[in-house]
Amino acid sequence: MSSSPSPEAVVVGAGIVGAACAWELARAGVRVAVLEAGLAGGGATAAGMGHVVVLDDNEPEFRIAKLSHDLWDALAPALPEGAEFSRPGTLWVAVDGEELEAAARRCAAYRARGVAAEELDAQQLAEAEPALREGLAGGLLVPEDAVVYPPCVVPWLLDEARRRGAQVEEGRRVAAIEGRVARCDDGSRREARWIVLATGACAPELVPGVPVRRRKGHLVITDRYPGFVRHQLVELGYLKSAHALASESVAFNVQPRPTGQLLVGSSRQLGVDDDAVDHRMLSRMLRRAQEYIPGLARLHALRAWTGFRAATPDGQPLIGPWPGHDGLLLATGHEGLGITTAFGTARLIADLVLERASPIPREPYLPARLRGSVP
Amino acid sequence: MSAPASVSCDVLVVGAGPAGLAAAGAAAGAGCRVVVLDDNPGPGGQLWRGAVSSHERVAAPWLAALEHPAVRLIAGARVFARTAPGTALAETADGAFAVHHARAVLCPGARELFVPFPGWTLPGVSGAGGLSALVKSGTAVAGQRVVVAGSGPLLFAVARELKRHGARVLLIAEQAPRARVMRFAASLFAWPAKLADAAAHRAALLGTPYRLGTWPVEARGGDSSLAVRLTNGRREWDVACDRLACAFGLVANTEPARLFGCAIGGGVVAVDARQETTAPGVFAAGEAAGLAGLDAALAEGVIAGLAAAEGHAHGADGATETGLPAPVLRDRTRARAFGRAMAQAFALRDDLRALARPDTVVCRCEDVAHAALAGQPGWRAARLRTRCGMGPCQGRVCGAATEFLFGWGVDSVRPPVVPVRLDSLSAAGEIPPAGVEGPTR
Amino acid sequence: MSGRVTLTVDGRAIGVAAGASVAAAIAAAGIAVFRHSVTGAGRGPLCGMGICHECRVTIDGEPHRLACQTACAEGMRVETAASGAPAVASRGPGPAPRRDSR
Repeated sequence: MSSSPSPEAVVVGAGIVGAACAWELARAGVRVAVLEAGLAGGGATAAGMGHVVVLDDNEPEFRIAKLSHDLWDALAPALPEGAEFSRPGTLWVAVDGEELEAAARRCAAYRARGVAAEELDAQQLAEAEPALREGLAGGLLVPEDAVVYPPCVVPWLLDEARRRGAQVEEGRRVAAIEGRVARCDDGSRREARWIVLATGACAPELVPGVPVRRRKGHLVITDRYPGFVRHQLVELGYLKSAHALASESVAFNVQPRPTGQLLVGSSRQLGVDDDAVDHRMLSRMLRRAQEYIPGLARLHALRAWTGFRAATPDGQPLIGPWPGHDGLLLATGHEGLGITTAFGTARLIADLVLERASPIPREPYLPARLRGSVP
Repeated sequence: MSAPASVSCDVLVVGAGPAGLAAAGAAAGAGCRVVVLDDNPGPGGQLWRGAVSSHERVAAPWLAALEHPAVRLIAGARVFARTAPGTALAETADGAFAVHHARAVLCPGARELFVPFPGWTLPGVSGAGGLSALVKSGTAVAGQRVVVAGSGPLLFAVARELKRHGARVLLIAEQAPRARVMRFAASLFAWPAKLADAAAHRAALLGTPYRLGTWPVEARGGDSSLAVRLTNGRREWDVACDRLACAFGLVANTEPARLFGCAIGGGVVAVDARQETTAPGVFAAGEAAGLAGLDAALAEGVIAGLAAAEGHAHGADGATETGLPAPVLRDRTRARAFGRAMAQAFALRDDLRALARPDTVVCRCEDVAHAALAGQPGWRAARLRTRCGMGPCQGRVCGAATEFLFGWGVDSVRPPVVPVRLDSLSAAGEIPPAGVEGPTR
Repeated sequence: MSGRVTLTVDGRAIGVAAGASVAAAIAAAGIAVFRHSVTGAGRGPLCGMGICHECRVTIDGEPHRLACQTACAEGMRVETAASGAPAVASRGPGPAPRRDSR
């Protein structure tokens, strides 16, 4: 480290968000050092679904999701084969007339903002997804939503950053952030004008008071059943589950991987620190999924695992300066949208470092909005 | 949602091979209700596969444990989860069910170690015990030319079994060097029964060349036959055959023990003098607790069964051998010494690590080649970045191979520890506690 | 245990001894390739004991059943790779399937 000039920015945490920030900064000519305590892309990044989805529960969420989705699209041709980028689209499923009306409203909203969307009636839904049970009301198809395998994207982003001079260290845990210095477990120090904190749900361990909480999720992956499901299928109630801060909830969310395997989710639990598979929650989640796709019952589950999302009190990520700590930028709190919004986050972080305008307003994500609020 | 079926017992025995049968018999004899779960279609494990119908003499007295009124065997059952100490989940073709138990004896045995070499994935190339298992389950090999290769005394048993079924065993290739194997053979005077076994094997296999210090470097497929290239380190030669039965020793099946919270050391389940693991009330016996062969499995099974019964009746009272029958303890000591001698004699040579070429498949489930793995920092990185170990074998084949090739250690297991249907996995979270009635089976 | 069982393997009637495994029936049908790997290579049983999952075939319409661990039943319908069972998607753009020794 002594032979190269000191970095202008240190990125702590090399999950998808940290890696995207490092890549974006390095591309812009910033000298970057990345410090990852474990395996790059091995945390929540490896545990999630890899769904690139333009969620639109509220305006700020939509803006950053749309921006990021377009950046994923632009990057897709350059991604390595292992990233398995595909575009099955998202099909939001309505169980009754009320949900179908909500779907229609969302369809109009998407279209008004340049996102391709299509309403499906019961017949069209059944044709699009024969595995769904009978008696559903219809759905909303967003055909350009994508699916990717983030644990292969992260190493690629870091390699690209290295090619532009970034220093990347895995197995290097940061013990404390003191002013502009990141002090590591082995006693070594990295000093930089900017420190970007992208450690996900662990952020409060390094910077007490950062309002993120761990929100545990479960996933199950099946053996290969090509063609059984064609789109990512999500119940319209998913948004309620994601945004409400109920202590536990499940929502139907099934994704077809390019391998033909199905990824079955989703569950949320606050206030649980144990990463063990919780059979009770797993059952609730799987039963919910079988309510929509009865045929799931006979498919073979190969693995089940858990992960921790970083949840904030208001459901928006924390992107920007942490008040009272000059040079510290937070890039965390992405809850279930970390994969989707990684590149939008990286863009905003780079804009802050380079003091340039951003394509979307930064205010809704600024940490200052929550300073002093209890997580 | 209705609760899944459940059964209750005092002692759950996982595995109906020699160790599990011994444990079941001992526990039942001591007054316990016993449930035995085994994933094969019938009891006997690997060594005594099909022994019920073939009336194998040695197995009969141990299989008799299944006749005991307090012992119930559920065959075709795979243990996949454990929802509480005392509640294990298993799946059969009919569905999932819970086994409520006070104590458990885990006897899941061992699987073969496969070292990747060019052509090892061709149809016609199987394990050594693997081909023996297939033959015992009805696969015909009469008139077929078979090369048996790899390592360990198991190769003899396999060759004899194949000959019994009419195969032409062309040769047995043992990778261990001549000097080591000869020393081991000489040492068998310490275990007269083993010496007799070896003599019987040799007699049955007169006429079958036994090449020491010899191992396969490649298998090539033709239209209807295989060409196996062998080496002795100095020269190479090809053997034309119909099947190659090849495996390089055994690996303990530690996954059920990990599921039950047991500590693993040196690749086997750690047990004390009473065969108790680090998980209270959970015992282990047989190959999973140390690769030492049949006699050790039987002795350990008896000890574990008695200890599990004792613990049930009186409460656990420490890791002493007090109260356990002296002859069985002696048998165990001698058998374990034999196991150690065997492990030393048949240790795998370094040459085997160099057999795989860059394009040789290492993870068969996901077709991940050696070149993709060689640069990875460890097992977890390899899994995430190459998909190695992400297939249905859950890393059982490639995990052992990468440990041998690169020294990687596999990390902890999560349920389900075998692939199961989604509705079985759902059922695991819906068990009422023991004592609350679900439907019984 | 002296009965015989008749089942179909890739549409052909095969007779085996009662208690024989589906793997034995497939071998009796002269089939060495049980399934295709994810890159299209032919595979047969390796471990014979339910560990390796290379013997997966479709039995009575249900894919990914282990042939070596399943006893034959009268009238069982077994489909191997030759029946296109199951139709396994490739992993996406990648090397063409190879069938030589690897």
